[in-house]
Parts: sequence; C-alpha cells; structure tokens
Amino acid sequence: MLVAGVDVGSVATKVVIIKDDTFYFRTAPTGWSPRQAGTEVLQDLLSDLGYRKEELDYVVATGYGRVSLGFADKTVTEITCHARGAAYLVPGCSLVIDIGGQDSKAIKIDPQGQVLDFAMNDKCAAGTGRFLQVIAAALGNAVSELSEMAAGRTPLALNSMCAVFAESEVIGLLASGHDKGEIVAGLHHSIARRIASMVGRLGSFDRVAFTGGVARNDSLRQCLESVLGTDVIVPENCQMAGALGAALIARGYCK
Amino acid sequence: MRPAGLDSFKNIREQNIMTLKQKKEEGTKVAGIYCQFCPRELVLAAGAIPVGLCGTKNDPIAAAEKDLPRNLCPLIKSSYGFAVTDTCPYFHFSDLVIGETTCDGKKKMFELMQKIKPVHVMHLPQMPDRASSLALWYDEILRVKAAIEEQFGVEITDEAIREAIHITNQEARALKELFDLNTAKPALLTGTELLMTSFQVSFIADRRQGIAMLDNLVAEVRELALKGYHVGDENTPRILITGTPIGMGSEKVVTLVEECGGLVVAMQNCSGYTPATLHIDESDTRDPIMLLAEKYIGIPCSVMSPNPGRRETLERMISEFKVDGVIDLTWQACHTFNIESYFIAELVKDKLGLPFLHLETDYSDSDRETLRVRIEAFLEMI
Repeated sequence: MLVAGVDVGSVATKVVIIKDDTFYFRTAPTGWSPRQAGTEVLQDLLSDLGYRKEELDYVVATGYGRVSLGFADKTVTEITCHARGAAYLVPGCSLVIDIGGQDSKAIKIDPQGQVLDFAMNDKCAAGTGRFLQVIAAALGNAVSELSEMAAGRTPLALNSMCAVFAESEVIGLLASGHDKGEIVAGLHHSIARRIASMVGRLGSFDRVAFTGGVARNDSLRQCLESVLGTDVIVPENCQMAGALGAALIARGYCK
Repeated sequence: MRPAGLDSFKNIREQNIMTLKQKKEEGTKVAGIYCQFCPRELVLAAGAIPVGLCGTKNDPIAAAEKDLPRNLCPLIKSSYGFAVTDTCPYFHFSDLVIGETTCDGKKKMFELMQKIKPVHVMHLPQMPDRASSLALWYDEILRVKAAIEEQFGVEITDEAIREAIHITNQEARALKELFDLNTAKPALLTGTELLMTSFQVSFIADRRQGIAMLDNLVAEVRELALKGYHVGDENTPRILITGTPIGMGSEKVVTLVEECGGLVVAMQNCSGYTPATLHIDESDTRDPIMLLAEKYIGIPCSVMSPNPGRRETLERMISEFKVDGVIDLTWQACHTFNIESYFIAELVKDKLGLPFLHLETDYSDSDRETLRVRIEAFLEMI
C-alpha cells in the first residue's frame, strides 16, 4: 500500500509518503504556484523512492493550496490534518498549537486525533510566522536566528501585535539603543500571550503539542510553557504534522 | 424534480415593486419596518402595507460609512446606506418608517435617518420579566398606533386589529409549515432555498397572496416527498444556524456550508424560525393592544436580559430537526449576540455534546476563504 499526504502551505510545501509502515518526508518552499509546488515535491520524493505517481493508492491534499491539486483523491482541511498528525507525533496530547506562515490555530483533540473544537487566528498576521519574518527583517536577521537571540534575555514590554505597527515599534526601540535579544524575547512573549488567550477559549490542557514551522523556535516554545503553565512538546518533524495527518487519513481510506 | 413552486418566489421582490407603486398611486399608505419587534398588525389594521426594508446587502455600506463608524454592525450600516443613497425602493415608497431601540447602534442610527424620512422609534424594554417592562411596551404600542393613525389619517379599530392578528397568525403558520418540512431526514429543502423563500415572501404586499404561495409550495414539496424527493442524503451533515438575521445578500455562511457538503436544515433567528413561532390566541377576548404587547415582548432576541427563551427554542429545534452541528453567526460588532454565544456554546457543546462553531463576520466577501476553512473543518468534525 502506497499513500501520500500533501500539505501546500503559504510558505512551505510538505509531503509525506507512507509505504506499508514506513514514513518518508520531504519539504520545499511553495513559491508562487501552489499547484506546481505540490506536484513537484510529491514527484521528487516518489522518484527518489523509485515509485511512479500511478502507483499511489490514495492521495489526500491539505493546506491553503489543497484545492489546486487536481490529482488528489480527497481534500481535507489543515485543521483536521494537523490534529491527526500531531496526535501521532505526540501521543497523549489533548491540544495542538500550530503556528504556520499565515495563520495560527489551537485544536482540541481526542486520543485518536479527532477534532473536538478549534480556535483560529486568520484575520491578520499577528502571531504568525509572517509576523516573525517581518520583525526578523527589521532587525536584519534571519527567522532561524530569533530563538537563539532571545535565549536567556529579559523580555522587553511591547505594545503592538500588528505586524505593521510592531515593525515600527521595533525600529524605534532599536533607535533608542535597546538590545535586539530583549526585543525578540518581548515579541515571543507577546505571541505566547496571544496564543494563550486563544487556548483559553477551549479549556485547560496538560499536554500540548506545538507544530508548524514556527515551532522550531525553542525560545517561543519555552514562553508558551510558562504562559500556559504546561508541557509544550515539539515533535521532531513539527513542520510535517499536516502532511503526516493527510497521509494517515489517506491510509485510513485504503484499509 | 426540484419543486416548481420555488421559482414562483424568485422574482417576487421585483414584481412587488410595481404592485407597490400602483397601490401608492391609488392612495394606499406604506410603512417600512426593519425588525420583528414592530407590531405589523397595526399597519395592516390601518389599511396600509407593511414592507420589510432593505438591509442585507453589502453594496451601500461604503456610502453609510460616510456618516456611521466603520466598526458597526453591517445590518445597521446597510439599512442606513440603502436609505441615504435612495436605492431601496421599499424605503423610497414608505410614508413612515417604524424602528425600535433594539440595540444602541440602531437607536442612534434612527436619529440620523430622521433627516431623510419620518421615523417613529419604539422604546423597546429589554428586561421582559419585569411588570414595568410590559406596561412600558403596552404604552409604546399605543403610541405607535397613534403615530400610524396620525400619519395615515385613519382610525385603527379593535375589529381591524383582530382581523390583522388573524392574517398574521396565518402567515406565521404557513412559514412554520415551510420550515418544518425539514424535520424530515433526509431534508426536503436546502438552506439556500428556505432563505430565498422566506426572504422573498416578506416583500409581498398582499399578505393573502404570500400565504397562498407558501401553502402551495408546502403542499407540492409534501407530494414530491411521497414520491421520494429529498435534498442531500442520510449522511449529509444537518446544520442549524442561529444568531443574527440573514437575508439575500448576506447569505454567505449558508452558501459556504452547502458548498462544503453540509445542509442548513434550520435557522433559529429572526429571519428564520423565530417569527414563525409567534402566535396570538384568537379566542382571547382581552384588549388586542395587550395581546400584541405580550406577543412581541416574548421574542427571544439577544438584546433581552436574561434571554433563556432562545436556548429553550434552540434545544427543541436541535432535537426536532435532528441537527448534527450548530453554527452561531454574529454580525461584526453585535455585542449582544456575540456575548450570548457563551451560553449557546455551553448548551450545544457541553450539554448536548454537538460540534459548535461561532463565526463573527460582516457582509463583505473579504473573509470568504478563511470562513470556508473553518466551516469545512467544522463539517469534518461531524
């Protein structure tokens, strides 16, 4: 049995192929064409594994570009897929926090990874990967450097969560001589508080999975732990949760 | 095999503009109304035509925002926008507009609207359990009666009110029979069809014609159902929408649910089931003004405090319509519905254990895709 899950996100495209009980992962930037990215990343991974597309038994597409993939057997929302994938990656978690490129979400799940409830921020860039990108650019750093910059620093109080206003606030703080690390630590705290208010609407949780590209930021993970007062676990393939969930759902359709 | 009777409602709004124009030329008076709280029986009893005014489209909102704040309910902005741009023929033909202090936004908007048309605003008490509230509301109904009489130069008799009560009861009965078709599983009408029909029928100048059309449609659908007609199937998720009112032009949540594979089987709001359940006992011989006061103060609008009636109705409907999930729709900046969603969530999620989704949006299409993801994920939960 050969199935695939394709998660076309706003920043990265992720593919998971399951051959019997073995999992294969691949990720690449989405670029301007979600359709092309989804097709190519899947094709690359298939070729490397020595399979042809026609041999796939079932494909589930998810992510914002899911509808552009004509070859998928089914499309499922990223909420359902992330829940399923995170439950697999972090067994026993009852909540999934996913921070992606253009939205952030909190998903309450049952032990099988079925969605019980969810809350989502998709009205603006605040608290998303995009927000961190804008701020990193203003600081002249890469997003991947933010975690280390903030490590061990005292967070500076920041007033703005709007990507546009926060950028000007950061520039102002830099101009008045504040330390970059303290600014970044402050931003992480603002994001964590925002996520916590979203989580608060769903209840309280003792084991939380943190997924999406932004979960690779360990300083932010620590902030979430302290604000939520619970263990926040980032699985090894945190960015792959959606694609993995899609592949698991695809496998379910085959059985 | 789709019910042919549905098509008879399609162009009703446009056709009725001509009927209304003709009636106006013959000297009939027209009263424009916005809200379910308006005792339309008094308009009918005055020999005038009550018409629902436009307020469900996004088009005139930009014009309204010249005078009103942006961060205001789209229903209020749309209503005012249609009035100020003179693009709602029903507003245009109205000799009198009747409003109520249903919420702060409407109350203050009516002050601006007075500059364009005579607007009579009824003071709606918001704590219905108090005896003083009923006394105030009774007085307000007398007041609006006097305003109609003065404006239209007629006298409203008790006899005419009782006749109007009968007609309005019949209208509610016909609407309820239409909505109740969907207690069948699989359902018999889509949410889009229900919405179109109940919205369009509110524009018909001749009440009897509207009732007859509804009765015909219900009879036709029942007959089709006997031959096996239905929409969706046994497994189609049956969704109930509650909250703020929906009309043509603001139906995006209904459309999205049905595009994503669900079916809106019922709507617990003042554009849906709520008015269909209002009824006055015609054998009650008390003062008809008191009968009207009691009927209208009983509407379970979120502006009322406390408002247990909405939850009771909702719980009954969820069972009768065999509902799989509930969407609570709040128009942006409608505080009362937005806050009351807490109790609706408690009822649906905790007490009944059903999937629940609260959406806050406006009439624009700007969030259509983000709404689609939520609605799709919500349907996947079922």
